[in-house]
Amino acid sequence: MLAILDYEAGNLTSVKRALDHLSIPATITAEKGVIARSQGLIFPGVGAAGSAMANLRRSGLDMVMAAEIAAGKPMLGICLGCQILLDYSPENDTPTLGLIPGQCGVFTPDLTEEDGLPINIPHMGWNTVKLKKECRLFAGIAPESEFYFVHSFFPAPDPEFVIGTTRYGREFCSVHGRDGLWATQFHPEKSGRPGLQLLSNFFAYCREVAHAQ
Amino acid sequence: MLSKRVIPCLDVRNGKLTKGVKFLGNVDIGDPVETARCYYEDGADEIVFYDITASHEGRGIMLKVVERVASQIFIPFSVGGGISTVADMRDVLLAGAEKISVNSAAVKTPHIISDGAAAFGSQCIVVGMDVLRVPTSEAIPSGYEIVIHGGRRHMGIDALWWAREVERLGAGELCINSIDADGTKDGYELTLTRLIADSVRIPVIASGGAGTPQHMVDAVTAGRASAALIASIVHYGEYTVADLKAFMARQGVKVRQVW
Repeated sequence: MLAILDYEAGNLTSVKRALDHLSIPATITAEKGVIARSQGLIFPGVGAAGSAMANLRRSGLDMVMAAEIAAGKPMLGICLGCQILLDYSPENDTPTLGLIPGQCGVFTPDLTEEDGLPINIPHMGWNTVKLKKECRLFAGIAPESEFYFVHSFFPAPDPEFVIGTTRYGREFCSVHGRDGLWATQFHPEKSGRPGLQLLSNFFAYCREVAHAQ
Repeated sequence: MLSKRVIPCLDVRNGKLTKGVKFLGNVDIGDPVETARCYYEDGADEIVFYDITASHEGRGIMLKVVERVASQIFIPFSVGGGISTVADMRDVLLAGAEKISVNSAAVKTPHIISDGAAAFGSQCIVVGMDVLRVPTSEAIPSGYEIVIHGGRRHMGIDALWWAREVERLGAGELCINSIDADGTKDGYELTLTRLIADSVRIPVIASGGAGTPQHMVDAVTAGRASAALIASIVHYGEYTVADLKAFMARQGVKVRQVW
């Protein structure tokens, strides 16, 4: 079972629906006991870094997450959940979780697309991911696949944690982490077949880890 | 580089898919969930549902449609039509939509845009604008006027001014629907689309008038739209979404291929 962490940040149900469709058991929860029993965590999020961190700290979920990760439980961060795994976000000037070293950057209005026109902000729509290193989340996914993005800030982790990058006005990190602690700036639950494949790959990894323990 | 989006729009009345011409004479043409799934499989990048039901009972049916869509279709979709409060928005988002489209309500009570953006984030709020070409005047310097109620009521608001105002209020996206072009299949209103796309920094969706695949290419090149909304061109089986995207790709437009 996967635990979808509930910290009142945006649309958690769309991740749950995608997992239901894949017949992957999942629960939306903030309960420590349920989280402890899960095989893996999904840390989604839509909204602003400031209020998300306030909710996490108030509920103590930040500590629960940190402990689970330290104990080796796999986690997948999505969108805002991808950004706030880092140390700091300029959005609301927010110190964030610090589970992966790095900060967030922001798209600036001076950036232009490849056709020379100024970029729209937010970065909203379908874009590709160029893998910088092998990552089992992407097993069986065609390299030309596109994923759905909606964001104005982007993760900028320390280079060794960059897994994949995307180009929008500039190159930015769209997938980061390390084995068992991954994060995607795009929404796999809204990225059609390649996104569903990525969620399946994550669950397969979680089950392997759980069985090995 | 971001792909240009192709977005089928489904008008839904009492849970059934319907299509009219210039907002009049709607006929029911099928099940919206099945149709949406077919478009999803075919490579649609996003789907819009527009609820043209007025009754309270019809609203409940629409939320059920949204829930069914959300459990089967794993691309973003938005819902519009008759949404006038933050509570309405919450109902639609909880039922599984990513975005809410507000139109008449935004014109009547513009704070719905900022309230919605504050509650759910700008990325959730699409503002639909129904626009009619009029003679230029002091009140309407661009020659494009905002209308509501399917074009039946003139608001005396300049469309270009309104687009900038809506952006300032926190909308995440603009859908520009030309009443002159709607349902005609003569092509999008490119002058209007480009005028607005060049004046705001949020993505603009061209809407109304698509009759050929070339029209869609025009919308995202000459019209500078980020996305093209389509309806009749796919609802009657003339083209599939895959046909349209293949044509756009051949014309050098970057579109998402389904792998």
